[in-house]
Amino acid sequence: MITARIDGIEVAVPPGTSVLQAAKAAGISIPKLCATDSLKAFGSCRLCVVEIDGRKGLPASCTTPLEAGMVVRTQSPTVARVRRNVMELYISDHPLDCLTCAANGDCELQDMAGAVGLREVRYGYDGANHLQAQKDESNPYFSFDPAKCIVCSRCVRACDEIQGTLALSITDRGFASKVAAGMDEAFLESECVSCGACVQACPTATLIEKTVIDAGQPDRQVKTTCAYCGVGCSFIAELKGTDVVRMTPDSSGGANEGHSCVKGRFAWGYATHPDRVLRPLVRERITDAWREVSWDEAIAFAASKFRAIQATHGRDAIGGVTSSRCTNEEVYVVQKMVRAAFHNNNVDTCARVCHSPTGYGLKQTFGTSAGTQDFRSVAYADVIVVIGANPTDAHPVFASRMKRRLRQGAKLIVIDPRRIDLVRSPHIAAAHHLQLRPGTNVAVINALAHVIVTEGLVNETFVRERCDAVSFGQWREFIARPEHSPEATESITGVPATELRAAARLYATGGNSAIYYGLGVTEHSQGSTMVLGIANLAMAAGQVGREGTGVNPLRGQNNVQGSCDMGSFPHELPGYRHISDGAVRGTFENAWQVTLDPEPGLRIPNMLASARAGTFRGMFIQGEDLAQSDPDTTHVVQALEAMDCVVVQDLFLNETAKYAHVFLPGTAFLEKDGTFTNAERRINRVRPTSPPRSGLHEWEAVCRLATAMGYPMSYPSAAAIMDEIAALTPSFSGVSFAYLDEVGSVQWPCTAETPRGTRIMHEQGFVRGKGRFLLTQYVPTDERSTRRYPLLLTTGRILTQYNVGTQTRRTANSTWHTEDVLEIHPHDAELRGIGTGDGVQLASRKGAITLHAQVTDRVPEGIVYTTFHHPEAAANVVTTEYSDWATNCPEYKVTAVEVRPVD
Amino acid sequence: MSAASVWRVHVPSDTAAASVGADEVAEAVARWTASHSGSGLALHRNGSRGAAWLEPLLEIDTPKGRLGFAQLSSADVPALLDQLSVELGRSDTPGLAHARCIGLVDEHPWFRMQQRLMFARAGRIDPLSIDEYRDTGGLAGLQRALQFDQSGIVQEVIDSGLRGRGGAAFPTGIKWRTVQQAAAASKYVVCNADEGDSGTFADRLLMEADPFRLIEGMVIAGLAVGAQQGYVYLRSEYPRTIRTFDAALQAARNAGLLGPRVLDSPHAFDIELRVGAGAYICGEETALLESLEGRRGQVRSKPPLPAIAGLFGCPTIINNVLTLAAVPDVLAQGAAHYAGFGVDRSRGTMPFQLAGNVAQGGLVELPFGITLRELIETFAGGTRSGRALRAVQVGGPLGAYLPSSQWDTPLGYEHFAGIGAMLGHGGIVLFDDTVNLGAMAQFAMEFCAIESCGKCTPCRIGSTRGVEVIQKLRRGENLRANWDLLGELCETMEFGSLCAMGGLTPLPVRSIMTHFTADLLAPSPADSRADAVASPDLVAEEVA
Repeated sequence: MITARIDGIEVAVPPGTSVLQAAKAAGISIPKLCATDSLKAFGSCRLCVVEIDGRKGLPASCTTPLEAGMVVRTQSPTVARVRRNVMELYISDHPLDCLTCAANGDCELQDMAGAVGLREVRYGYDGANHLQAQKDESNPYFSFDPAKCIVCSRCVRACDEIQGTLALSITDRGFASKVAAGMDEAFLESECVSCGACVQACPTATLIEKTVIDAGQPDRQVKTTCAYCGVGCSFIAELKGTDVVRMTPDSSGGANEGHSCVKGRFAWGYATHPDRVLRPLVRERITDAWREVSWDEAIAFAASKFRAIQATHGRDAIGGVTSSRCTNEEVYVVQKMVRAAFHNNNVDTCARVCHSPTGYGLKQTFGTSAGTQDFRSVAYADVIVVIGANPTDAHPVFASRMKRRLRQGAKLIVIDPRRIDLVRSPHIAAAHHLQLRPGTNVAVINALAHVIVTEGLVNETFVRERCDAVSFGQWREFIARPEHSPEATESITGVPATELRAAARLYATGGNSAIYYGLGVTEHSQGSTMVLGIANLAMAAGQVGREGTGVNPLRGQNNVQGSCDMGSFPHELPGYRHISDGAVRGTFENAWQVTLDPEPGLRIPNMLASARAGTFRGMFIQGEDLAQSDPDTTHVVQALEAMDCVVVQDLFLNETAKYAHVFLPGTAFLEKDGTFTNAERRINRVRPTSPPRSGLHEWEAVCRLATAMGYPMSYPSAAAIMDEIAALTPSFSGVSFAYLDEVGSVQWPCTAETPRGTRIMHEQGFVRGKGRFLLTQYVPTDERSTRRYPLLLTTGRILTQYNVGTQTRRTANSTWHTEDVLEIHPHDAELRGIGTGDGVQLASRKGAITLHAQVTDRVPEGIVYTTFHHPEAAANVVTTEYSDWATNCPEYKVTAVEVRPVD
Repeated sequence: MSAASVWRVHVPSDTAAASVGADEVAEAVARWTASHSGSGLALHRNGSRGAAWLEPLLEIDTPKGRLGFAQLSSADVPALLDQLSVELGRSDTPGLAHARCIGLVDEHPWFRMQQRLMFARAGRIDPLSIDEYRDTGGLAGLQRALQFDQSGIVQEVIDSGLRGRGGAAFPTGIKWRTVQQAAAASKYVVCNADEGDSGTFADRLLMEADPFRLIEGMVIAGLAVGAQQGYVYLRSEYPRTIRTFDAALQAARNAGLLGPRVLDSPHAFDIELRVGAGAYICGEETALLESLEGRRGQVRSKPPLPAIAGLFGCPTIINNVLTLAAVPDVLAQGAAHYAGFGVDRSRGTMPFQLAGNVAQGGLVELPFGITLRELIETFAGGTRSGRALRAVQVGGPLGAYLPSSQWDTPLGYEHFAGIGAMLGHGGIVLFDDTVNLGAMAQFAMEFCAIESCGKCTPCRIGSTRGVEVIQKLRRGENLRANWDLLGELCETMEFGSLCAMGGLTPLPVRSIMTHFTADLLAPSPADSRADAVASPDLVAEEVA
């Protein structure tokens, strides 16, 4: 620690602490404008100048590290005069419209003018100025008014340091210096990704949310959690009454540490979109018009239909689907309703179609169905492997954290058929891009492991101490076989053997290596095998169980982790405990006062197949749009049409609701009280900014339905549901709303032994005891290109849209992505006479859709790519019925297709 | 000299000489020799000796030494060479009677009265001939440095008392020691050749006349701290220098002065030439480093010092051309020899550059300690206009304007600091009695406004407001209030600015406020107004 005196007060701070920070720690506030906690010190505004004994002039306290024995004065006549005179210079080139300015009441320039006691501007206001500079209103969410800019560069630095897009810069020099987006373009035309970091950093009204311009300053705040992707960013909802004025990222949020993306920061307007249905609806037949009814009538209607089905077709003829968009508490009550009120285990979750192989694979190998690290861990990685994920689009806030580490020099390996942005972005270039053919993941991971095993790169100590010797011995013999060598698999995978060998060596020897993966791993017929292969690789190289390493699924939705944790799978009770385990079942039976079916129930694809077969006739669907998001749409629709009672609980009349008999209005995240669990197992609080606009919390509606079905279920509050979860789920035993409110968030397991949660899993030993290796034989998918369908389609997401677009399409995010387009390689395009912008038909053996083409070498020859955000394109019309052998996760990522131009 | 020997005719290839016709003179010489085979005369391009007022200065080898013909035009050449060829072999000093002849150049008082160390070789050799460089004492410093370990070299530089010649005058050896002692995988030597000060040209002259000296100095710096890569950041406004220095680098590599084994030693060192893009601020060392790294030329906050975290975050020596070019002498002759020149803590010699309204402009290298008046009286030859000298600006655009009462100050770092002035890069700009120093004060602010990087507020906005306030003063508006405001603005810029650009801009302004008050307050003829104050003296009294 360094000790020094500031204004006569002795301060002790760690080395490297600036005078400004040290003063703050001592309770001394020094005026400042360009300095802010989230950015590196810059030293440009010169308001924070101080006197230091033995130093010439007035050093800036933000850029001067405190040194031992320093004597600092933060106030003196000279300091006061210079600060006031600097402020006078600022105001000599600033509009004097404070009273009508959108930042009035939230302006650091205004605050500092007050702090330094500026009373007049002796230069007058007729000198050179920027007051006539034109506003840029091109971005739908924020406005840029250069007339109010003080050129502190906070926006530029935020874009560089926090977001890493480097879209902003200062152009020109001297008095003409100004902030410019891109090559001095409009914000909307520039490479700006609208993450909002610049708006957040701006100390004036220069960059400000349009909602603040419209509504004025908020009057209260509620801390909550974003409901988009699995990053789970903490936000502060800034409100006027119950109306959101803006959402700002929370710097104390464990997942995002003050950063945000265009979705969480700005695209929350869907929550109050006029399309929202706020009253329950019922109808006898799906061809009838909807009838608006009371909650009581709707519940009674649904209950009687379900009871009738069970009476006629048996107990197992109905089931439910939980949603990864809903809170842990909401998911928990749905699975409880199915098990306790429906008396079967026909409950599944939309995670079935995304990360079910993750749950399976990591449980089999490590013992826990979850990622191993927290996001902060990436800052300690030396080698980062990204497999089948596109973080800059799908997990943008985590991507920014990852990019920060990559800019610091960590090496990057990308395994993806498509050249995702990360492969080459500002100050980042992948060391290796293994551009594999879709469907050959397992061959690639085996080849990587083969190199590690055969080149003596196995971390023998780790394997000996931490892993199961028998399974490792079998695996080592298996993986060392010549058929797994990079040279042997090159013709299958398309990945050059030398490149693959270099990547394997880097992973094994480059220091801390961390794997991050997405749905490009799981959504394959060998999705589970691939997860096993990843886990094998990490264990063999000893890259798990410490900071900077690990195996990390990037979860697609806000609560995929939580919905799985909460017992949404037909075979598992909350906490991933098998339904057939009598002891576990007994605990629940005791708590729930009901007898549970020991047999696992149906998975979603089984439910749909049974529906088509006529044996499954009623379904409660919580917040999932099966008709748009599940594969092979035609079959899904047939199944829905075949059922007697489909109950949809959602915000909007989505595609699935077209086939529903009961519609129960759901609550948007801004109305929810509960918890989401993100990709790093972090349990975050979701707090309501208003009562449910529908009149009932979703869990209340479910409880009423269960009660009406004959199983009384009620809770005084969402907190009480969590209390029940904690009592019944060992890894949640230390969790309660009160505790979360106190500590912010925790990563499960949160128990008596780990009261602050668990940042990194498997540090001392694997949860299952010894890490288990499983054999991962590569089996080509049955879906392969043919003469008729010579191309392979793979799918993904884009930054501004989210999944099937139910929310984002109801916001101005559609400004950026008005339609799904088909990316096609120039060679494939030329062969077919296709140019960018041309209409094309994309056909598989399952169906055909039309969309516009984009010719790009981002995809390799033979591969086409599209997103699935818009119902018009309906990519799932073409996807097939193939799915993962272990979990039935659909093979979204490989479909044989043909593309031809249409008029 | 026998009739068979070749008599070399030297014509400078330097930018300044070329600007007054040296290339045309050289072409005329070439044409003449081509049509007079067997004449015994051959063209040789040298660098300039720095007597800009004598250029184009044609020199011819004679048994007595080099005879000079000054301010020659190409039209003069055929007759001169005709005459010389006739007199060759007949006289030890052919052409002595020629109207343009200035006699033996070394005997010319303007050169004889200088103390040339750094510029001793300038103008004498073909700048790109490493043999001529070696024959005239080149590489002796490096040879000696190779006998030392790192600390030994650093100690020599410390003992020499050499201080940074770019303007900041930081002790060079101390800076080197910091870099030498910093533990890092990579270190760099960066030469600041972004010579942007008005009235200065010493860097350019040296790089065009004696480039190997700079290269040798940089190699020694690399040896001293364990750096293997050097960069020279040269301004784009010096296209001829770029060509010359680039060619010199190649010649140095060919000769083994640069490369994996410097002069067959185990040490590697190479230099890359980088060309700026026209920003004065890139002469500020941290802005220069930013620019070298490919970024916008914007000043960095210090700490960290470049010696600790400089180029690409590595410990970096960043020195001016003249600092590095002084090093070969320090090593060749020993620290004591170099330290034997100068006065007080200003040791060695300084290449002063006489410019502006001056009759005999050019480079004058002298030990520190001569007074400004002596320097001007000995070398300047009065103003070019012939009018009385009124003010002298020393140290570039950020230097003070000195009235005659201050001209007896010795030219030394401390001595100038003592009168609120600075030596800077050694630029000395003369103004006659027609100068309006109010306009010059305004220009000081304008220069800052144009060249400010725009990072810190006092410099970015203050310089523009400075121009406006001075304009108001010069129009006679609210004199008292604007006078005080200008004073406070100067204080704000001095104390508040991030770097010396904004911090020193008040220097010339204040010197004019103090010594040329009346000019600042007198309406200039161009913008005289009815309400302007009639008598400057009255105004001066009012604000005093």
